[in-house]
Amino acid sequence: MKSIIQMTAGLALAATVASAEDVAPADVVYEEYGEVTASLTGIAGDPENGIVVMTSRGKGNCIACHEVTALADYPFHGEVGPMLDGVGGYRSEAELRGIVANAKHTFPDTMMPAFYKTSGYIRPGDAFTGKAGEEPLPPLLTAQEIEDVVAYLQTLTD
Amino acid sequence: MMKTALKGAVYGLIALAASTAVADESAELVINGETEIVTRADAPAHLDGALSEVTSGWLYRSDETQAMQMDDFDNPGMLAVEDAMVAWGTAEGTENKSCADCHGAAEEGMAGVRATYPKWNDNAEEVRTLAMQINACRTENMGAEEWKYDGGDMLAMEGLISYAGRGDTINVAIDGPAQAMWEQGRDMYYTRTGQLELSCANCHEQNYGNMIRADHLSQGQINGFPTYRLKNAKLNGVHSRFKGCVRDTRAETYAVGSEDFIALELYVASRGNGLSVEGPSVRN
Ligand code: HEC
Ligand code: HEC
Repeated sequence: MKSIIQMTAGLALAATVASAEDVAPADVVYEEYGEVTASLTGIAGDPENGIVVMTSRGKGNCIACHEVTALADYPFHGEVGPMLDGVGGYRSEAELRGIVANAKHTFPDTMMPAFYKTSGYIRPGDAFTGKAGEEPLPPLLTAQEIEDVVAYLQTLTD
Repeated sequence: MMKTALKGAVYGLIALAASTAVADESAELVINGETEIVTRADAPAHLDGALSEVTSGWLYRSDETQAMQMDDFDNPGMLAVEDAMVAWGTAEGTENKSCADCHGAAEEGMAGVRATYPKWNDNAEEVRTLAMQINACRTENMGAEEWKYDGGDMLAMEGLISYAGRGDTINVAIDGPAQAMWEQGRDMYYTRTGQLELSCANCHEQNYGNMIRADHLSQGQINGFPTYRLKNAKLNGVHSRFKGCVRDTRAETYAVGSEDFIALELYVASRGNGLSVEGPSVRN
């Protein structure tokens, strides 16, 4: 049992470890409509990994709420948020980064979770254990994962 | 343990390998070809227009799951009800009494009961869920041990009492001494908890009828409890269901049987006023 806990704790750490260059969640600068102009990592996003983040239940699981025609190979798309087809055409990179990092700056009461936020929660839990979690929590996605998703969303132009 | 810890970001949103069949939301529920169940009703006034109509979770399930609840021979929850019928007639405790000694036959003695719970109990000066009342009878009137909240014996008995009142119109009182607790439950219902910052209302008021990954969201009503879930192949209690939903927001949950969940149950039950008691129901 102990080793299982250590192992999963190790995994969690590996997945959320931030590089020193990353903009920390609390330091992200949101513009008037929630845009984030500067890259969170300074490293270009990888759209291929963006797909992994968007479709994996253990990562962003964006398709739990959004339908994306280009991702039709991945089963079960939700209907809670708007369809994302073409979103890279009508939203700028800065808008997309802001929405993925913390959509509440763009859409104040939105149901969309903030993926790059670590504190200010009511009854924060320790992931899906149901036990209490201690803030700051690891953000749902790393800075680079956000950049990867943003890079992928920019490919959705029609 | 390991599986839970490894689940990542928004995994909880899709908890089960749900049936993908599209539900027939206009189906009508008649059990055994005779008991008509109200699965759509005008929303109670205390919802202040938040919903125009209240709907049973049965409507959102696949054709196959719906069918299982339409005939008691196909409803696996009825096996637990049969067990509870035996328990109903079995004397226990220091008083050597059975439920039947005080209440007669369950079908008659428990008619109308389920539809009004949770409800204020004047003597105890508390809001009691059905489980609390069952345990009060066991300890006070039978001198028997309490059953575990949401344990198998308890859920089976709740199943029997629901069966005895099946088809009755849910009519949970929210005023008088219960009001403070009801308000607490209402606040909980609209509070966005956990790292996903989701409230009950986000999923069950704003998005019922929508898919959230492979799950077809219902209004999260509890008129069907206890529910036999195909996912875990047993009867499930209200608080355990709440716990799962709260956990899926990446929040610290409340305890089964806690004051918090009693308040939430009172509030959620009252949202279903006008629907029929349909437990034990079948869900995925
Ligand atoms: C729990 C539901 C949920 C999840 C999970 C979710 N979103 Fe959203 N998203 C929404 C909703 C709802 C909106 C609409 C904004 C509003 O509330 O008005 C939205 C809006 C958006 C928009 C703006 C679309 C537009 O038309 O301007 C983008 C882009 C977006 N989401 C991307 C993502 C990505 C990428 C992820 C995963 C990393 C994700 N979403 C996860 C619910 C969700
Ligand atoms: C992230 C979305 C989400 C949130 C938030 C959520 N639930 Fe649920 N809930 C579900 C899903 C998915 C199901 C299974 C499908 C269904 O019946 O809606 C479900 C099922 C239920 C059911 C079973 C309904 C039935 O007919 O068997 C109840 C009761 C319930 N939820 C109550 C609640 C309450 C109370 C809260 C808040 C404490 C809550 N839920 C928060 C997603 C959610």
